[in-house]
Amino acid sequence: MATIDTAAHAPAAAARRRPVHLLWGLAASGAALAVVVFLGLALGARSIPLDVVIDALVEPRAGDNDHLVVRELRLPRTVIGVAVGAALGLCGAILQGTTRNPIADPGLLGLNAGASLAVVGAITWLGIASPAGVVWFAFAGTAAAAVVVYGISALGGAGGEPMRLALVGAAVAAAATSLTTVVLLTDLETLERYRFWVVGSLAGRELDTLVALSPFLIAGVLISIGIGRALDAIALGDDLATGLGQRLDRARWSSAAAVILLCGTATAIAGPIAFVGLAAPHLARRITGPEHRWILAYSAVFGAIMLVAADVVGRIAGGPGEIEAGLVVAMFGGPVMIWVVRSARPGRR
Amino acid sequence: MSAGRPAGRHELAARALRLGFDGVSVVHDLDLVVPGARTTVIVGANACGKSTLLRGLARILRPERGAVTLDGREIRTLPTREVARIVGLLPQQPLAPEDISVADLVGRGRHPHRAWARRWSDEDERVVADALAATGTLELAARRVDTLSGGQRQRAWIAMALAQDPDILLLDEPTSFLDVAHQIDVLDLLCALNRGRGTTVVMVLHDLNLAARYADHLVVMAEGRIVASGPPAEVISVEIVREAYGLECRIIEDPVCGSPMVVPVGRFHTDRPAASSGSGGGGVGGLLLPGPAAREGGEHQ
Repeated sequence: MATIDTAAHAPAAAARRRPVHLLWGLAASGAALAVVVFLGLALGARSIPLDVVIDALVEPRAGDNDHLVVRELRLPRTVIGVAVGAALGLCGAILQGTTRNPIADPGLLGLNAGASLAVVGAITWLGIASPAGVVWFAFAGTAAAAVVVYGISALGGAGGEPMRLALVGAAVAAAATSLTTVVLLTDLETLERYRFWVVGSLAGRELDTLVALSPFLIAGVLISIGIGRALDAIALGDDLATGLGQRLDRARWSSAAAVILLCGTATAIAGPIAFVGLAAPHLARRITGPEHRWILAYSAVFGAIMLVAADVVGRIAGGPGEIEAGLVVAMFGGPVMIWVVRSARPGRR
Repeated sequence: MSAGRPAGRHELAARALRLGFDGVSVVHDLDLVVPGARTTVIVGANACGKSTLLRGLARILRPERGAVTLDGREIRTLPTREVARIVGLLPQQPLAPEDISVADLVGRGRHPHRAWARRWSDEDERVVADALAATGTLELAARRVDTLSGGQRQRAWIAMALAQDPDILLLDEPTSFLDVAHQIDVLDLLCALNRGRGTTVVMVLHDLNLAARYADHLVVMAEGRIVASGPPAEVISVEIVREAYGLECRIIEDPVCGSPMVVPVGRFHTDRPAASSGSGGGGVGGLLLPGPAAREGGEHQ
C-alpha cells in the first residue's frame, strides 16, 4: 500500500479507476486479433507468399488460384471465426456473470449441444437447409437446453450451484450429442454434410451464412452492451443486487435473450464449439478485474482470437488434412478447465 | 447529506405483513413502524423470523399478505431504483467478486444513482470517498477485499452501503463472525452514522446485551410475531426473555451505560437469590434440573 493523502479523494479515485490502461489493453488485444486474422489469411495447406496474400486482398485478379484461395476459402472462414469466437466469448461472460458460476460455458452447460440437436433434427426431418431457417431451431435448442439444465439443477432448491449446474450441463450435453449422432447415423446424406459441422469446424463455411445471420449476432451484442452494470450488481448476490435497485428478473431475461441469440447463431454457423466461452472470460477477468463492461469487451476479443488461432493451428498442424477448430479449442480448453476449477473460489464473502 | 433532505424523513413501515416460503408462514400479520433517524434493533431466538422480516422490509420477499410501505406507498409498487436511493440493505453474507478492490466494491454502492449510460461523476467520487473516510477504510481503498480481516471487510461492506447514500439502512446481523472488539467497532460505527448523519438504522442482532445498549427502539420477536417493542429499558424483562428465548435470566443494569443487561441462568450454575449482595447463602437447589446438573451444581457455589 502506498502512502495515503487522507485530505484528498485521490487514493480512492486512483484505486478505483483504471480505464486508461484497460483501454490500451483492449487496443493491444485488437492488434493481436488483427495479427491472428492476418495469419488466418496467410497460412494454410497451400503456401502462398505474403505479398500475394496482400495483393489478393487489395487488388484481386480473377482466375488467379492463389487469390481465389485467399478470398474464397481463407477470408470467409477467418471472418466467421472472428464473429463466432466473439459471440462465444460474450456468451460465456454473460453466463458466468448471471449465474455467478465460474465454470459456466455454452458448451459445458449443454447449450450448443441442444442447439446442434435441434439443427440436425430440422435438417433431417423437416428438410430445412437455409441458415435463416435453421437458426430458429438453434435458438429453440439453446433455450430448451438452458431450461432443462437449469430446471434439473434447481430441483431440491439448490439452483445454480456451480458444480451441480456443470454436472447437469455435462449430462445434457452428452445426451444431446448422442441423440444428434443417432439422428445423423440414420441418415447418411445428412451425416456426410454435417460431419464437419458437428465437431465445430470453420472450413467450408460461406460468408453468405454469416451475412444472413448477422442481425441476430448484432442484437445479441447490443443486449450484451447494455447488461454490464446489471451483472456487476448480480455479482454481489441476489439480495444485495435487489437492495441496490437492480431488477433481477429483467437482468436475467436480458441475459437469457443474449445467450440464446449469440450461442444459437454461433452454433448454427459453426457447429458446437466448447471452451471458448469458458476460457475467454477467465483470461479477460485476469486483466480487467471485476467490472463486467470490460470483461464483456475483452471476452469478445479474446474469443475471436482463440477461435481464429485454433483454426490456423488446425490447418497447419494437421498434416495433409485439417484438425477442426472445435477440436483444437477442446485440446487447449481441457487444461484451461482444470486451471479454472483449481483456482476458482466461488461464493466467498 | 448530499440530497439536501432532512435526514430520517422517510418512513418505513409494515402493515399486517405476512411473509413466508412455500406456503409456510414465517412472519404473521406483523405491524411495525420504523422510527425515523433512530436505531432500531430486531432480536429474537433463531428462526423467529427476524431476518425474514428484514428481507421483507427490504422488498426482497414478496408479502403473502399485507404490505411494506415507504412514506405510505406500497414499496413493491415503487420503482426499485428509486427505493434503493432511500433504503439500503446489507445482507448477512454478501458476495465479494473475486479480486475486487475495496474502492471498487464501495463504488458499486452507487448503482441506483447511475443511469444506464451515465459516466462515473464527481458526485459519485465524492460520495465514495466520504463513505471510505466515514468507515475508516480510506487507507484500505486499494486493497483487495479478500485480503482483509473480518472486521475490515465488514467496514468495507458498510462503506458500500453508505455509498448508496440511503436514508434508511437495513443490516442483517452485521456483527456475525466478528470477535467482540470488532463487534463493538462495527456497532460504534453504525451509532456514529445514526447520530452524525441522522441515518435511520434497522438491524438484526444476536447479542441481546449489545442490542439493548445500541438500540433506541428494540423489537423482540418470537414465532413470527412482535412480542414487545419500545425503548430497551421498557422492553427487556425476565418475562419477555422467557417468552422470546425460553431462557431464565436475571436483569441487571449495564454498569457502563445503564441499559438493561440480560444475565442468563442456565442449568449448571446456581441462581443466587441476591445476585449482587454476594451473601453466599447457598444454592437454590430446587431450580436445578436433575441428572448432570446435580453433579455439577456443587462446583459453583
